[in-house]
Amino acid sequence: MPFKIIASQCTSCSACEPECPNVAIREKGGTFVIDPKKCTECIGHFDEPQCVAVCPVDNTCVIDTSLPRYQAPV
Amino acid sequence: MDVSAQHDASSSNVADVGEIMQAIAEHKGCGTTGGSGKASCGSSAGQGDLPTEIWEKVKNHPCYSEEAHHHYARMHVAVAPACNIQCNYCNRKYDCANESRPGVVSEKLTPEQAAKKVLAVASTIPQMTVLGIAGPGDPLANPDKTFKTFELIYNTAPDIKLCLSTNGLMLPDHVDTIAKYNVDHVTITINMVDPEIGAKIYPWIFYKHKRYTGYEAAKILTDRQLQGLEMLTERGILCKINSVMIPGINDQHLVEVNKAVKSRGAFLHNIMPLISAPEHGTVFGLNGQRGPSAQELKALQDSCEGEMNMMRHCRQCRADAVGLLGEDRSAEFTTEKIMAMEVKYDADTRKAYQAKVEEERVAKVTAKQEELAELAGASSDIKVLVAVATKGSGLINEHFGHAKEFQVYELSTAGAKFVGHRRVDLYCQGGYGEEDSLETIIRAINDCHAVFVAKIGGCPKGDLIKAGIEPVDQYAHEFIEKSAISWFKAYLDKVNGGEIAHVERGDAAIRQGALISAA
Repeated sequence: MPFKIIASQCTSCSACEPECPNVAIREKGGTFVIDPKKCTECIGHFDEPQCVAVCPVDNTCVIDTSLPRYQAPV
Repeated sequence: MDVSAQHDASSSNVADVGEIMQAIAEHKGCGTTGGSGKASCGSSAGQGDLPTEIWEKVKNHPCYSEEAHHHYARMHVAVAPACNIQCNYCNRKYDCANESRPGVVSEKLTPEQAAKKVLAVASTIPQMTVLGIAGPGDPLANPDKTFKTFELIYNTAPDIKLCLSTNGLMLPDHVDTIAKYNVDHVTITINMVDPEIGAKIYPWIFYKHKRYTGYEAAKILTDRQLQGLEMLTERGILCKINSVMIPGINDQHLVEVNKAVKSRGAFLHNIMPLISAPEHGTVFGLNGQRGPSAQELKALQDSCEGEMNMMRHCRQCRADAVGLLGEDRSAEFTTEKIMAMEVKYDADTRKAYQAKVEEERVAKVTAKQEELAELAGASSDIKVLVAVATKGSGLINEHFGHAKEFQVYELSTAGAKFVGHRRVDLYCQGGYGEEDSLETIIRAINDCHAVFVAKIGGCPKGDLIKAGIEPVDQYAHEFIEKSAISWFKAYLDKVNGGEIAHVERGDAAIRQGALISAA
């Protein structure tokens, strides 16, 4: 359940929202947030996390270390 | 084309649409259709030379016609915040209401808000003829929002021309939709056709679910840009190419870019100076990459002009700019104000107003032709630049102290040619002139022999004379070109009579910082 967006760095450009294969990203309070219950780190969808790849500000979409990593269902 | 061709036409004193079209043709890029090399605008025949459908497309478009930009206004709506490439001259975090440069915007709009804003502006500013979507990201990285906006406007105000400005990465996928909504002007920013150079400008692109970097990224980008350009010109959609001149990186290379886009049917090439200051937080701003000087920019534009016609009146405006180029009235049309407005779209009033504008244009051309006839026969190699303070309509109608920019004309025995503009900070704030801003103004127009104004105070007048720039206020509220030619005639007479000596002027600086004075 893993990626989060650091709100203070988010430019609110919305580029990540349509790229997320899990529809886990939405606008909240002026910036964008990732629903940790829906995020799969893009495992099974793409080679790289789409929000990280499209975000214009480096180190803004990062692994949320307070939560366990996503486990793909066996 | 040979610029003098336009002035050959001046032997006839008849001002007609043909003469105005001739001015447009100067900016059209001769023979750009399929690279056939047909130098049609070299002739003085006028209207017959420029196909009517092209004339109709550019005559009211301030960004596609230098002549039109004195009379018609445009607006951008910021409905496209997402981008799919990263450029070293862009930093999207920076947002300042007082700054005018691409990528900067104060508030994002939904397509519905944008459509209402367009109608509100069109009703308030009847000379607003063009709606563009230019970001603040890339319109085609936000295709749903972009095309929804076009659809809403197309349905309610079909007389407004639609255009968009893109980095070109997704262009080939959307050409049919662009054609469907009658978007007949598309600007593509092309800074290179060599991926080695591209790698120094673009750190990465996002394409087909993957981030590409370096050479590979630039290769995909240039291939997609050129493919998109070809697809658009095949469909008869007018394409303008924007290029950012980055000294030491692509300045020499832009001549190659110019040839590449011309051969693919581009209509107009707009080479703009890099805007780069540390406070913008861009890669180039932070690593000290400088922008070009005014004369470096002009030299590159001049060297490309033989290949294709150049746009020199670009103001590098914000993605939410409103008004004539060079003015920004976006603060009058915030979402809050628009939503409170009761908008009644009145196509007839707009039409009537625009008819008046056309009369003005014809009057301006007549005046210029009469003055040019006076110059006929004079022969001299002397070329000088002059700066003009204007609020629009092709008139010298701005006070020196109120000017936020000066338009620059090159004068020769061939006539007056618009070659650029210089943005400055206001000299006069609340009635008091400020010495610091006067110095910046002098630096900005330091390559000019004279500055034409509607009015000027005694103090700046003295300093300008000391700097070797003649303040000219005797043509207040008269037509720019006519007045400039008349002044130039007198200047030549004085030089020839030995009264004054002609001296070359130095270079001038292009303003980099944010507009700190409220507009």
